[in-house]
Amino acid sequence: MNWAEFFAMKGYGLYVWGSYGAAFLVFIIEIILVRHKRKITLQQLRLMRDAGEGQ
Amino acid sequence: MAINWFKYAAPASFYGLAGKMVPFFAWPAAILFALGIYIGFFVAPTDAVQSEAYRIMFIHVPVSILSMFIYLVMAGYAALGLIFNTRLSSMMATALAPTGALFAFIALWTGALWGKPMWGAWWVWDARLTSELILLFLYLGFIALQASIDDPRRADRAGALLAIVGSVNVPIIYFSVKWWNTLHQGSSIKFSDTSMHIAMKQALFIMLAACWLYVIAVTLVRVRSIILERERNTQWVSELAEVREGERS
Repeated sequence: MNWAEFFAMKGYGLYVWGSYGAAFLVFIIEIILVRHKRKITLQQLRLMRDAGEGQ
Repeated sequence: MAINWFKYAAPASFYGLAGKMVPFFAWPAAILFALGIYIGFFVAPTDAVQSEAYRIMFIHVPVSILSMFIYLVMAGYAALGLIFNTRLSSMMATALAPTGALFAFIALWTGALWGKPMWGAWWVWDARLTSELILLFLYLGFIALQASIDDPRRADRAGALLAIVGSVNVPIIYFSVKWWNTLHQGSSIKFSDTSMHIAMKQALFIMLAACWLYVIAVTLVRVRSIILERERNTQWVSELAEVREGERS
């Protein structure tokens, strides 16, 4: 079996890769979003800390 | 020796524990995904009826099972928070909802891509598909309801009621293929059945384990941000190294 044949999935390539592609794309986006949220949350806490020190 | 079972029910102690646990779920998830994909595509044979299209099963079935399971866990945490007034349980429910919604979405998406070549339609108003769509709406409703209430404790209580009432939908999804004459095929995982090739079963269970670990890892990361947000005015948060020693902005 060569790679072209493998990716063709006997004519079901669009459906098979469309499923796995979408699923893993969603996983990657979710990972980026939760990490981004942590970064933003920590930034806000540091802003609160700096504002508190100024008083 | 007395063990304090409630030690990690306190957001302050759970925050640290969750942070330490994330890599223990994230790395095995990545390894199992790779292994599951390998077995699913290179070891498992072509299906006699559905040819190569059946390989969608290895992502569709685990994600669909978890979309239902996450909902029950979310409703369970929400109920605990409502009954015992434990803040952390409510935060866990809030942290699980986005992942549950994404899993319900992937279940519907991969289902559509499987349905098109097998049934000739992306979508049918079949009992299984419709009840899974309602599950997605329940997740989105839970998220929207909580986001619309400013007071977090009131948002927890309102969300909990929605989650608990909505959990009646989960057995409807699960049993829909038995109760009604649906276009959707019956359960792929049957414990007594020998019709599935051993490599197909292995790929399915490995992908299920991978998804499970992924959900735990991503939820732990999300709940840590929720804990920090909600506890931002407490002493322990201001004393955290990542807050105290972080750069000036």
